[in-house]
Amino acid sequence: MKKTLALIFAAALAASGAGPEMPRFRWENFSTANGLPDDHVFNVAVDGNRVWAATENGLGLYENGKWKIYRPEDGLVHRAVLYVAPDKRTGDVWIATMGGLSRLSGGRFDNYTQLNSGLPNDVVYGVAVEGENVWVATAAGGGRLNTRTRQWALFNERNTPMYEIWTYGVSATPSKVYYAVWGGGVLEYDVKTERWKDYNDPDGETEMVLYKDQGLIHEITTSVSYAEKDRILWVATYFGASRYDGRNWKNFMDKDSGLPSNFLNQVKALDGNRAWFSTDKGLAYCDGENWAVYRPALDTHKPEMLVRDAAGKVSSVETETAPAHNYVLGMDFQGDDIWVATAKGLSHGIRLK
Amino acid sequence: MEIRPPGVDMSVDAVRTCACRVRTAAHTFSILLAFTCLSATLPTPRYPSPIELALSPDGARLYVVCQGTDELVAFDLRTRAILRRIPVGREPKSVALSRDARRIYVANSWSDTVSEIDAASLEVVRKLPAGMEPTSAIPDREGRYLYVANRIGGDISVVDLASGVETKRLDAAPGASYLALSPDGSRVYGTHLYPNPGQFRAPPESEITVIDAARQVVAERYRLHNVAGVFHVALSADGRLGMAAQLRPKNLVPLAHVEHGWVFGNSISLFGEDVGEVVQIPIDELDRYFTPPFDIAIAPDKSAAYVSTSGSDSVTVIDLRRLLEFVRSKSPEEKRAMANDLSASANYVAARIPVGSAPKGLALAPDGKRLYVANRTGDTVSIVDTAARRVSGTLSLGAPAALTPERRGERLFYSARFGFQGHFGCANCHLEATQDNLSWDLEPDGFGKDIVDNRLLEWVDGTEPFKWNGGNPNLETECGPRTETFFYRSQSYDQEQLADLVRFLKSIPLRPNRFRAANGELTPAQERGQAIFERTRKKDGTPIPQFNQCPVCHSGPHYTNKELVDVGSGKPTDRSPLVDVPQLTNIALSAPYLHDGSAHTLEEIWTVFNPRDTHGVTNDLQKDELNDLIEYLKTL
Repeated sequence: MKKTLALIFAAALAASGAGPEMPRFRWENFSTANGLPDDHVFNVAVDGNRVWAATENGLGLYENGKWKIYRPEDGLVHRAVLYVAPDKRTGDVWIATMGGLSRLSGGRFDNYTQLNSGLPNDVVYGVAVEGENVWVATAAGGGRLNTRTRQWALFNERNTPMYEIWTYGVSATPSKVYYAVWGGGVLEYDVKTERWKDYNDPDGETEMVLYKDQGLIHEITTSVSYAEKDRILWVATYFGASRYDGRNWKNFMDKDSGLPSNFLNQVKALDGNRAWFSTDKGLAYCDGENWAVYRPALDTHKPEMLVRDAAGKVSSVETETAPAHNYVLGMDFQGDDIWVATAKGLSHGIRLK
Repeated sequence: MEIRPPGVDMSVDAVRTCACRVRTAAHTFSILLAFTCLSATLPTPRYPSPIELALSPDGARLYVVCQGTDELVAFDLRTRAILRRIPVGREPKSVALSRDARRIYVANSWSDTVSEIDAASLEVVRKLPAGMEPTSAIPDREGRYLYVANRIGGDISVVDLASGVETKRLDAAPGASYLALSPDGSRVYGTHLYPNPGQFRAPPESEITVIDAARQVVAERYRLHNVAGVFHVALSADGRLGMAAQLRPKNLVPLAHVEHGWVFGNSISLFGEDVGEVVQIPIDELDRYFTPPFDIAIAPDKSAAYVSTSGSDSVTVIDLRRLLEFVRSKSPEEKRAMANDLSASANYVAARIPVGSAPKGLALAPDGKRLYVANRTGDTVSIVDTAARRVSGTLSLGAPAALTPERRGERLFYSARFGFQGHFGCANCHLEATQDNLSWDLEPDGFGKDIVDNRLLEWVDGTEPFKWNGGNPNLETECGPRTETFFYRSQSYDQEQLADLVRFLKSIPLRPNRFRAANGELTPAQERGQAIFERTRKKDGTPIPQFNQCPVCHSGPHYTNKELVDVGSGKPTDRSPLVDVPQLTNIALSAPYLHDGSAHTLEEIWTVFNPRDTHGVTNDLQKDELNDLIEYLKTL
């Protein structure tokens, strides 16, 4: 009897085309039509029940079902917001913009620019909080503000192994801080030893990948995420993704993984095996073996969810909703839910059980 | 713990300050400085200078913080005898009790610590960490966390009382100084001595920082428009009314006339459910001023509020029922205008009670029948019968019988009686004998002409001439005829008083520098900055003309050559581009910068106001090198 039931179940699975069980979502999308400051959303950050949207024309706060918008007239240093980092310890929110760094604290904006403070440059691509330090990635190198002493330390080609100072993303954990240096690989700062180390593409700056798993996949990095517990480093580049366990590199490209594109804007690790990727062809997820892609289909623009199993077999999962756009720039998590920043709106992926 | 007998100053502070100077200043001045140190080590009388008070819940004990003798004095109020003098840290500034009254916390503003005292043994049991210049420390309702307002840091430390570790530091506002816990324990309210950074020549804005005590995060900030110089904040027992004592400086208009509140408004900010939005009310009268309002005590039954006005040697009594009725009868527009209506106070000020000299901290008995008032330069505590509204007794703190010239001068400094109609005194701008972080339009030479930044008033002896245009060759000129003519607009000090005042001004010490390591060593960044400060060549090897080298103008122990120079920072509204070279000691504390306060930060002196390298050569520096230079300047 049991054997018969198992056969029936297997047949049903095959008929539905179901592959491995991957997260499924119902997507709710926000645009200027329903309160978002701007449809170009560069990033999103979740802090409890508050969702912060970094957009090209202001900072959006989604709370209790309503949007509140902050712009320069409200005190924000610049309208083009590139990244947001809530400090869960203090409740403050750090905001990276095209015209400086803002802190929103208890409703008050404090603005840091290259003229009025030690900020290295006004074009701030990324910001991260590590204890009492706030790290910034700017167009002229990295910087660290000690919020206790208010002292800035700047990091550039003169005091780190950074040969290119266009820092594009920064990620901080209690033990490590990583910079994604656009055209300069990855820079690692050890919080305990205060030492720097760089990771570069053994192929140099060539766009060809000659030695696939022998190092970082490419020098043009956009985002780094460190799974601290598992000590695994994930890197997003414009030419694929990399995973580093401290000894070996494993690289992922669209031709040999479930990545929908090699053009990656962001990576966020859940742990050493699982990570989410923002690409120009959709949102992607890898559980260590299998991949899933969420997007409006590239041709029909209809909602699409694709699953690629460990053997490389791709199947489609029926879905009625999709993220607002396939050009994905960032994401963050709210429990089992996910929020996704796209080129045409912000999307809330509500996890289906 | 260092213990010094009351009344005698062994001048450890002076020795330390001088020693620090010897380490940091240009070497050529070290010998001169040593002589200065030697003369400063002579014993001088120390006055208790009571500044803050706290009562035990049963009203039987009074704790008095004596800023001048670095001690907490415990009184038995039944016998009016001193139980114990408890040595604490340097320049203590506050006292608060735990809810069960078993622990007492004293913020030591120059030691950057909080003394935890066992109320039973009256012994210091722990020294808790704090930020830069802790000025107030209060425990939460459960006794889990201690909140400490750090004046120089502009932040509030959260200290875990179980471990004694500072767990986080919340950004507050410049000059974070006074704290109050809501009766239900859910909120901590913080006020600030200095205004928030703002646009040049814009009205000052301050705030009340509100902390969510459950999460230890800043929940909101109440904006106080046209306000700078906020002192104590208090909450009514029902938690529905908050009151903050504050100054409303009129620093944007020339001091053309001082009547009708045109220099300062002395006021209270009301907040909470009783009033809705923040409402500012004046405590002055049409032709009499009560300044500056410092501490507030609210009667348990919310019938009255008592406000100490330290320059007026009095306590103002506010009838709260009449006040709330009055405020509620006003339209929103009328409420916004109320702070400048000097006739308004007639509707709610019930009495002015004369007390001792420079009244500061207040403590109200649990039954509301007695009010205790710390008379800072009187070295006593007045006991006020609140029903009779008069002083019914005095507690002595055992001050030296004779007043030194410096002490007499200090009393003059804190008094507003020389200003026309008692409008203001020295301490209104030089808050607590320092600065107010404001720029002023002092001279009656036209609107917006010759704007001047208020400099730090510490260790000024030897920095003559005075004024930004160097117009006053000495302090006697600065504080005598000039003050009488241009500020007070009434006959002020006689020659003896002026001499005393100058003696006091010259005795104001330099605060410990928080940016330099205790052993005097520089960090690598500060060392790099020192090299930039002292350089004689540009990075390309070109010699820097001597007049444009930093240490040429900023030389000597005060880092000023006392000359007039043109560094290109003059504005079309200035009568002359020449400015007195300012001293750089503790320069980190006195933002904004330049003669008119147009540079919000040290960085802006060079990133905004030095385009042609006329104020030192800085345009060949990389950003991190400029940062290094600033890190060094902060150590001076």
